[in-house]
Amino acid sequence: MACNSVTCQSGCYRDQNSVHEDGREQRPLDVKGRGLCIKCKINETIAVTHPSVAAAAGDGGRFCADCFRSNMFGKFRFAVTSNAMISPSDNVLVAYSGGSASRVALQFVHEMQQKAQKNFDASRERERVLPVFGVGVAYIDETTMSAEASSEFDKAINEMELIVSNLTPPAKQLFVVPTESIYSPDFAVGRDRLTKLGDAVSDLTGKEDLLKHLRMLCLQKAALENGYTKIILGTCTSRIACHVLEATVKGQGFSLAADIQYVDARWKVPVVLPLRDCLSEELNMLCSLDSLKTVEAFQQPRSGINGLISSFVKLLQEENPSRESTIVRTAGKLTPFSFNNTPEVGDHNDRLASKRRQKKYNLKPNESLPPESFCLICSSPLKKSDTASQNSSDGEEASAETYAAACLSCQYQILPKDTSSMKHFLSLLPQSMTTLAKASSDSHEFLREQIQDFLLSDSDDGT
Amino acid sequence: MASVETAAKPRGGRFCTVCNDRRAALKRPKTLEQICKECFYAVFEDEIHRVIVDNHLFKRGERVAIGASGGKDSTVLAYVMSELNRRHDYGLDLFLLSVDEGITGYRDDSLETVKRNEIQYGLPLKVVSYKDLYGWTMDEIVKLIGLKNNCTFCGVFRRQALDRGAALLKVDKLVTGHNADDIAETVLLNILRGDIARLSRCTSIITGEDGPIPRCKPFKYTYEKEIRLDYFSTECIYSPNAYRGFAREFIKDLERIRPRAILDIITSGEDFRIATYTKMPEQGNCERCGYISSQKWCKACVLLDGLNRGLPKMGISRTRGLDNERNQDTGGTNGTKNLQSKQCGSLDF
Repeated sequence: MACNSVTCQSGCYRDQNSVHEDGREQRPLDVKGRGLCIKCKINETIAVTHPSVAAAAGDGGRFCADCFRSNMFGKFRFAVTSNAMISPSDNVLVAYSGGSASRVALQFVHEMQQKAQKNFDASRERERVLPVFGVGVAYIDETTMSAEASSEFDKAINEMELIVSNLTPPAKQLFVVPTESIYSPDFAVGRDRLTKLGDAVSDLTGKEDLLKHLRMLCLQKAALENGYTKIILGTCTSRIACHVLEATVKGQGFSLAADIQYVDARWKVPVVLPLRDCLSEELNMLCSLDSLKTVEAFQQPRSGINGLISSFVKLLQEENPSRESTIVRTAGKLTPFSFNNTPEVGDHNDRLASKRRQKKYNLKPNESLPPESFCLICSSPLKKSDTASQNSSDGEEASAETYAAACLSCQYQILPKDTSSMKHFLSLLPQSMTTLAKASSDSHEFLREQIQDFLLSDSDDGT
Repeated sequence: MASVETAAKPRGGRFCTVCNDRRAALKRPKTLEQICKECFYAVFEDEIHRVIVDNHLFKRGERVAIGASGGKDSTVLAYVMSELNRRHDYGLDLFLLSVDEGITGYRDDSLETVKRNEIQYGLPLKVVSYKDLYGWTMDEIVKLIGLKNNCTFCGVFRRQALDRGAALLKVDKLVTGHNADDIAETVLLNILRGDIARLSRCTSIITGEDGPIPRCKPFKYTYEKEIRLDYFSTECIYSPNAYRGFAREFIKDLERIRPRAILDIITSGEDFRIATYTKMPEQGNCERCGYISSQKWCKACVLLDGLNRGLPKMGISRTRGLDNERNQDTGGTNGTKNLQSKQCGSLDF
């Protein structure tokens, strides 16, 4: 059974993606167009003008620097406008890690804001022109969970402050948010609980994923407290391709579609992914072309299952430069959830005014009903049959019910297995973690009380 | 589902975690439990029994063909099927069905294994050969077209050969030895190449239910490592398949870090939210041989026609020209249909 037709690749899998699969061969290597941008056909390609920059990336041999830049910005702008990501009345918070993807996101959002500001300034009738959306920047400080040298950290923060302060006008505020802020105003207590929470998770991959979920909670909290209405992530095609495989390998096939759309409004503050169509190598190239400074001091190598997948995807991408896009396109065909649409908010005048400018291409009405419940830990929508089948668990009710509120993947890689450590684990969870699960399901009424009980025993919790 | 098995806690020690009586002889690949040999066999067979019962794979009195390649999977499948059929009284009539592709040094060896199984388990064996069905052996085809694309022929021909053999045996069902690793790998590959339609059905335990001979995979949740017995491994000599190798290696790496990952991939495959209106090709029958086909001629006939006319690239070439030519010949159905889009398991004469 080495080669029945599903497994056999010679010629058959290439049929399906022939245009893209052939990308490598079709790139102009010979003929007369060598060295000229395939778009403007005037300027020399990046490979010629910036040989060191273009060495790794695929587009370097095809576009000139200007066309490449406008192509990238075009992808960003199309994602923003066709999904109504930013409306004039919005106040957006850019999640900034210091890496190239979020650096580009920040840059593009800034350019867009600057343009809106110009239009605003040029208009005489102030009351009839659209307002300019606001931009803030948030960096999540994860030093508590990862333990890095503090001198390096201060240096990195200084650099980031410099970067953000250079992106004016309009001025943008940089928030440095430590992970422990999800607990309480008292950071010392929060830090302690956070460290204990991290120690309670034995699985390496589980720990990394938990940190990722906490990061989102942090961003949500920062956005809510400072009046931001959207969170912009720099998640790019390459990252999403990894996530698709990660979710698949962790058994999260059901909820996967929720995580990889342009808009994710399951949170109080909707999260948007305007760089969903950009490859990481393109983003890297743009950073070096435009000398966008990146602060990579705290980019930790990914570990466990996630690390394995990162290197696997990297390998696939090297073998075929369109593989990441193919993976994302495949997963993009999965049916999204009802919360993957931009929610309509704001007052009437405002909505009408902003509607004028918005082209909504991809906003198909979604007939699927909102899922009834979300995972307590990772906030992924739960499959009904999974939650139902858990009721037969033995042991103490509280832990059994908590199991029911978590997805199978979190049950395995994050939650402790025995009842006594489960109690301890629950007491360490930040309160905000339970609110999403709480807001959703009716069937978990009992569970909510149970969890709430545990959480209230720590009375130092703020909202 | 099978993931429930992990509930048993590994107790460390030297005794089997199941019977707590005999010494543990191996670490179960699926769950990493320390377990004795006797319990392993019991658990292994019992799991497959439960998969068969829970999924209602068979009905009493059915005739069932076991697709037997002579490899380890199908050899174990033949053993387990005959054993469970006896032990739990499924009331099935079992047959072995082998395809002889005509690959010297590969298939003739493994056919010997199948013949041994025939005697060992007392199951009647039917061998259908490419030579008899199509007039070509794989050796002859490779001689004509070279090592490139030969898997296309082999794959298309084998699918049909199995169906034809099954029809000759007048069986109600065909079981194949696809294991959990195979299915996990197929899920990944379908994601990697963007085949959403196939992704939606590659995890079903029964395929082709609408056709006359459905196929099922009793080993869907069974780990390859656990199937491994002292049989020789059979790698096709004409298939140095680097691409599948990639994914396979990745799965093995995953399994090393987290054995459960294989089952998780299958769970994901089952849970993917894929709109049910995925377009299926309209099915008709091949005008030439009567095999089910969405085109005027089935793929095997197209390939065969090419071979016989000395145009072996017919049907496998990616140049639209040849495809269009073919389609004009056959009445101009759409030329975009690709090699793999034929549903397996249906046959109507």
